[in-house]
Amino acid sequence: MSPMYIARTREVAARLLGGEMMIMSARDSTLFSLNETATAIWQAADGVTPLTEIVERSVCANFEVDPVAALRDAEELVEGLAKHGILKVSNQPIAEEK
Amino acid sequence: MHPHPAPPAQIIQALVGPLMGSAIAQDVLIEIGAMPVLVRTASPEFLQILQERYGGFVNSAAQPVFEFEVEIVPPSSIPTAIGDDDDLSVCFEAGHWVLERGDFHAELDPALRHGRIWQSANPYAIDAAFRIVHSLLLAKQGGLLVHAASVVRNGRAFLFAGVSGAGKTTISRLAPPDATLLTDEISYLRRESDGYFAYGTPFAGELAQPGENVRAPLAALYLLAQGAENRIDPVAEADALRAVMRCILFFAQDCELVGNVFDSACHLLQYVPVRRLTFVPDSRVWELIV
Repeated sequence: MSPMYIARTREVAARLLGGEMMIMSARDSTLFSLNETATAIWQAADGVTPLTEIVERSVCANFEVDPVAALRDAEELVEGLAKHGILKVSNQPIAEEK
Repeated sequence: MHPHPAPPAQIIQALVGPLMGSAIAQDVLIEIGAMPVLVRTASPEFLQILQERYGGFVNSAAQPVFEFEVEIVPPSSIPTAIGDDDDLSVCFEAGHWVLERGDFHAELDPALRHGRIWQSANPYAIDAAFRIVHSLLLAKQGGLLVHAASVVRNGRAFLFAGVSGAGKTTISRLAPPDATLLTDEISYLRRESDGYFAYGTPFAGELAQPGENVRAPLAALYLLAQGAENRIDPVAEADALRAVMRCILFFAQDCELVGNVFDSACHLLQYVPVRRLTFVPDSRVWELIV
């Protein structure tokens, strides 16, 4: 299976409030809130670190979770966020938006 | 509370508008939230509508921050691409904002601070255009239009936010005689050097009554809920942001401006307490608002 790379898009505004990452999609003005583990993935979405590595480093190392379940949940999360245009997903490293 | 001078409604000047053919166009300056917008029309009937609806907000001495030419046309001649039942559309094309609803079409040039509106002679289209323009102007200045009633009491403004049916008009109706109504529908917030201020608006809800043209420092924002008792409860920061964002009027799908509005809402929460106000439809609720 090819690696999955994720990057935050510029079409969002994000703020950490009371431990929740609040993300506003500029495309459709939808407001998302991410829990702690989802926030960890969002913050690590640099376009060059594979999702598997992000899950290992940012989720499994900090939360008591089953690695397989954590990766599955992360893939679902990423897919959902990508549908709303707030994350980019690719099987190649993603160049930073200028 | 800091009253704004509101001279009687006055037509500033008569001139021949180049976009109005040979008709005589007249101007009226309508200042909402300290943002004077000049409206020019060749229609005496429409001018009368403007004076009746916005009379308390006319300020002929102000310097306009935006100018509108309003062309009154039959409904069938409005150059809109969307039907009567379609929602409002606001998009940015080739340096212009294009606003469309079934009953009007408007094109705004933000660089020139000038716009044209095609509509029939009714107050609803210009009212919608005003709301949109003010939301766009405010977005760049840290201000917000909020679905909220607002009232001044003891020199301080209180906002009561909620979607339709939450009780904005009810809480306004229950306000005591010493309270000044700023609006029962759309509240106008500006970030100024010494904090947030709420301004009166002519944007009325079920009360069908324009607000007073005054401003006051914002003391608190209440999220309205109707219940079995009058009480005020704290709201977690993230919940407050969610609730406030639901009540903010913003129409444009523009990344930069949406980001500005989001940042403004976050900023507002840092400086203004947000609480949940549960109330029964009874004037005693105002004993809690001091």
